[in-house]
Amino acid sequence: MQSLTQRAQPVDRRPMTWVEKIYLWNIFRGMLITLVHLFSKKVTINYPEQTRPFSPVFRGLHILNRDEEGRERCTACGLCAVACPAEAITMEAAERLPGEEKLYREEKYAARYEINMLRCIFCGLCEEACPKDAIYLTETIAPANYSRRSFIYGKEDLLIPDPNTQPAEYAKARGQIDKKKKAGA
Amino acid sequence: MTILNIDWFFALEKLILIAVVITGALVIAMYSTYAERKVAAFIQDRRGPNRAGPFGLFQPLADGLKLFFKEEIIPSHSNKVLFVLGPSLAMLTAMMTSAVIPWGSKVELFGRSIDLQIADINIGILFVFGVVSLGVYGILIGAWSSNNKFSLLGGLRGASQIISYELAMGISLIALLMVTGTLSLKEMVEQQRHGHWNIIHQPLGFLIFLICAFAECNRTPFDLPEAENELNCGYHSEYSSMKLGFYLFAEYINMFISGAVMACLYFGGYDIPFVDESALAVNTAAILGAVALLVKVGLFIFLFMWVRWTIPRFRYDQLMRLGWKNLIPLSLLNMFVTGAWILWKSKSH
Amino acid sequence: MGITQILFWFLTALVLGSALMVIFSKNPVHSVLWLIVTFFCISGHYILLNAQFLAIVNVIVYAGAIMVLFLFVVMLMNLNAETEPQKNKWLKFAGAIAGSCLLLVLVAALKDTDAMRQEVLMKTGDIGLIHNLGMVLFRDYLLPFEISSVLFLSAMVGTVVIGKKGD
Repeated sequence: MQSLTQRAQPVDRRPMTWVEKIYLWNIFRGMLITLVHLFSKKVTINYPEQTRPFSPVFRGLHILNRDEEGRERCTACGLCAVACPAEAITMEAAERLPGEEKLYREEKYAARYEINMLRCIFCGLCEEACPKDAIYLTETIAPANYSRRSFIYGKEDLLIPDPNTQPAEYAKARGQIDKKKKAGA
Repeated sequence: MTILNIDWFFALEKLILIAVVITGALVIAMYSTYAERKVAAFIQDRRGPNRAGPFGLFQPLADGLKLFFKEEIIPSHSNKVLFVLGPSLAMLTAMMTSAVIPWGSKVELFGRSIDLQIADINIGILFVFGVVSLGVYGILIGAWSSNNKFSLLGGLRGASQIISYELAMGISLIALLMVTGTLSLKEMVEQQRHGHWNIIHQPLGFLIFLICAFAECNRTPFDLPEAENELNCGYHSEYSSMKLGFYLFAEYINMFISGAVMACLYFGGYDIPFVDESALAVNTAAILGAVALLVKVGLFIFLFMWVRWTIPRFRYDQLMRLGWKNLIPLSLLNMFVTGAWILWKSKSH
Repeated sequence: MGITQILFWFLTALVLGSALMVIFSKNPVHSVLWLIVTFFCISGHYILLNAQFLAIVNVIVYAGAIMVLFLFVVMLMNLNAETEPQKNKWLKFAGAIAGSCLLLVLVAALKDTDAMRQEVLMKTGDIGLIHNLGMVLFRDYLLPFEISSVLFLSAMVGTVVIGKKGD
């Protein structure tokens, strides 16, 4: 049979020479190789202290965005749920009542917004579908847990920290979103 | 102070020495487990344990604590007495050899001159040999009493391996004894003062001894008794908790002791290379000598680990062929050549 | 009573006790283990006689090698207390008589020898040390020593012949 590539190496089937038969020389050579590795650079990264830089298109846990005054941007239009190929997103809309202008940006908002992280494939289509700049995939990796129930993330898990009460956390989360936007642009 | 014809101060001094040596052996064995993991990791370009304490130095303590808190399981169909006896024997025989190793020359304390050796018996090296040959009982008894086929196979492998390699080891040792003319380890070390190490006279003998030491300690490439991919853990399959710990610990103590024996037999024991000890004060010389011995032992332990993480395991028939068909004839040849050389030397004088 | 006497009686009690346990243990593995204990006690006696070389050789050869092989065989054949066959009463009786006859012969042979007449050299004799032992073995008893080595050689040749038969 004609070989498809030129890379095939013929196997050396010659009987072992005397030096090979007493093994010691080959063992010595093997030990030299391991000795070199003893002093070579370690490839492991000390994870919690050191993190590898994520690629700019990395997609992790979702975050629901707020505007500068701390109002939720999501209007429960359902485009993300429609775009989701894994059908992981579900929501219930509600009408904003008078006096809630500080909480919600527009007249309609999501009373319930859930993402099932076991179904989610982190494709980022929800992010692309959103017309209101409301949902983003951050660089956080979805943590492990014990129960299935705990993988259904509600609004309280997804919402970005309020800039009025927790400015530092908000700025940090916001930074991730901005980085994302820059990468997308 | 003498009661019953015993010098009790002498007994006390020996007791303290025994306590120090055994504690030292345990601590070194403990840190050998740490060193093993570090060496393994470094050879494989990893970092090894580095979480518990600085550089992971408390890792052995954590491991020991974990072993203590593990559930103690005694299989219901096992022979209970022997099941407990097995690991105890393994540990006992591992510790016993330390009695005849000269850890240093003399120290002078409170006007007494104290030998840094627990017992200078005139058959020192034979004692080591006898205790090593008993080491197989720990494995064999533990393996049989577990009432498990894998354990039994591991135990039988261990026993036949140790008996086979003991022969080659003994014959290579005879050649060395012909050179030194004594069986006492202390005298052997004293003969090797000022760099006249026995390795110069017995390079082949040392090589055979080293290979046999690997086999006696059940270390890779001869760790057939606990070959995990065919025997699932060998003789300690059924063991858990600290009884398993004893078996694992005994292996490291054996490594330490065999390193010490090899250092004493072939590498001058507590002789410091290129240093004239007689110029130093007695106590300083003794302490420096003990440190020199420990450094040599450390190098041997490193060699054990280095080989373990380099060479794959032998097949069982290869192991037996190497022991019986290669090492024994080689050691016989070595003995013959040494005898002829000694004869020629005595004739030419 | 000095420490040597105490050790002597202690070892003697131990040796007799463990030797009896060899016979009375139901489980063959236990018997083998008790036999090892017996060998150790005998080695202890050798040390009391200042025959350290003999003591350690006894440990290496008997306790360390031969008994391992015994244990090996017993374990491989999986002999248990249950599998021990019930022996005939007459067989036991014959065994007892044969054993006593052997004892009688030994006592008769040894009762008038020189060794029995002289006091046992406790802790002082040095015939068991390796240097003297080698001298005696290679000077006075050279021929028996060499003949016994030929005996071992013949045993080795015999095993090789038996082993080769299968091929």
